[in-house]
Amino acid sequence: MTVALERPAIAAAPIRRRRFSLSAVTPYLQSAPLAFILGAFLLLPIIMIVVVSFWDYDFAAMYPDFLTTNYSDVLGSWVTWKTYLNTIKFAAIVWALTLFIGFWVAYFLAFHIRTTAMQMVLFLVCTVPFLTSNIIRMISWIPVLGRNGLINSTLVHMGLVPKPIEWLLYSEFAVVLAMVHLYTLFMVTPIFNTLMRIDKSLVEAARDAGASGWQVLWNVIIPLAKPGMAIGTIFVVTLVTADFSTVQVMSGGQSASVALMMKNQMSLLQYPAAAANAVVLLILVLLMVAGILRIVDIRREL
Amino acid sequence: MSHEKRTFEFYVLAAFFALFVLFLYGPLSAILILSFQGETGGLTFPLNGVSLHWFANLFERQAVGDFGGSFERSLVLGLMVMVVTVIVSLLAGLAFRRKFRGATALFYLAIASLVVPSIIISLGIGVVFQQIGFRPAWYTSAFGAHLTWTLPFGVLIMFAVFNRFSPAYEEAARDLGATSWQTFVHVVLPMIAPSLIGVGLFGFTLSYDEFARTLMTSGTFNTLPLEIYGMTTNVTTPVLYALGTVTTVFSFLVILATLGAIVYVGRRRARA
Repeated sequence: MTVALERPAIAAAPIRRRRFSLSAVTPYLQSAPLAFILGAFLLLPIIMIVVVSFWDYDFAAMYPDFLTTNYSDVLGSWVTWKTYLNTIKFAAIVWALTLFIGFWVAYFLAFHIRTTAMQMVLFLVCTVPFLTSNIIRMISWIPVLGRNGLINSTLVHMGLVPKPIEWLLYSEFAVVLAMVHLYTLFMVTPIFNTLMRIDKSLVEAARDAGASGWQVLWNVIIPLAKPGMAIGTIFVVTLVTADFSTVQVMSGGQSASVALMMKNQMSLLQYPAAAANAVVLLILVLLMVAGILRIVDIRREL
Repeated sequence: MSHEKRTFEFYVLAAFFALFVLFLYGPLSAILILSFQGETGGLTFPLNGVSLHWFANLFERQAVGDFGGSFERSLVLGLMVMVVTVIVSLLAGLAFRRKFRGATALFYLAIASLVVPSIIISLGIGVVFQQIGFRPAWYTSAFGAHLTWTLPFGVLIMFAVFNRFSPAYEEAARDLGATSWQTFVHVVLPMIAPSLIGVGLFGFTLSYDEFARTLMTSGTFNTLPLEIYGMTTNVTTPVLYALGTVTTVFSFLVILATLGAIVYVGRRRARA
């Protein structure tokens, strides 16, 4: 009896072992394409940038070397420091504006629209422009803000100003306006997502306990919305610090950002100089993101 | 809250929301109108008559760069990026359902891909290709550069989808005798199909509109956004708006088709 029972067990063992080992490697096989693509087009290029940032160069080519002059050029120049400060200034202003607008838009959608269908329709209305070309959306401000644009001609026509306002287009004002226009959705979406997950009975409980509307907002809703705000902040801050096109197009070349400086160095084939700038910018961005990630665990928020 | 009367707060916020929507759509509609500018009209209002002159101008090859060719390249590149993004994100999403060595590192690598400034990726890939001796081209280096932007979105969406996906359905299928492949095709795939379509839309539109990453990686031939970017500095006629109108209408059609597909899949599932 015992022998007869053991025999099939022995026969089945190798099959079971094979299936076990196959299922053990499955996650590795499944994640391999992602790992390969990110390794080849993200990790390798960044390592290459770090290496090249120590190289020597002239007007024609780069030469492998170990120089720190690229970094001393970056960190030793007053112009570079001003450009970095300007970039951080844009990031701070755009962050504050998108956070304010994004929160109230998300709050309106999550707490004041009564049906889910209407919420989705209005959310889509906000989303659609963000799936169209960034440059087209920048250009679309020209007929509005320009010297003879809609705003100026209306103001002049109404007699509010004697002559067109010059600082509407091709100015830092235009840069900030266009960036808010381009990036607010990156704040609306994560905040909307966290607000939708707030249990409405928490709000009712706070009301029953005698909290006023502002107290509910300040002590219940905003603390619960913080993870969404943090994710939105990561998006907006990294997008603004990396921006060169908005700064170039909307300031008409009168303002600078780190990425624009890099782009100019690249067009002059000064790759090692651009690489040194890239390393400094990357450290700055990663420090900011690490700081935000200390506040919120995004893996848990998904 | 739905039984309460509309408060003062509601009207203030509704007005704020309406202003926000106007802010989003106002400038876009301005260039939509101005692209029908008469032949003698300029870049701003008023309209000097209505014509299709600037659209005709757009399709003359010599007039404004290579619109047809760059559109074709952007379209093909967008479709390539879309297919790869959907497949690779789905596989990675399945992988992340289980614990494996390096999972956390890979997840943070995907997040890093999202936050690393695009011009740095552009520069890095450009330099790597130069050092290896490969010629950058829109279908190799720019393709990879776009994937570093679309994949994190796809992976995050799949991650969120599978976080909420109950394994009970798969267990039920297995109890009824389905193989793991049958379970995947007949149970998991139909349930996540709308999210996959969403990932596809992200993959296509992000690639179709991307240009900071394409800047150093496109090689000899421009993609459409690069072509438009070049035009902003040297074209001063409403042909720029005509181009804007054409690409925006195309984007809207893509979005509508996607939403239609999601609704269709949802209906078919409801009926089944």
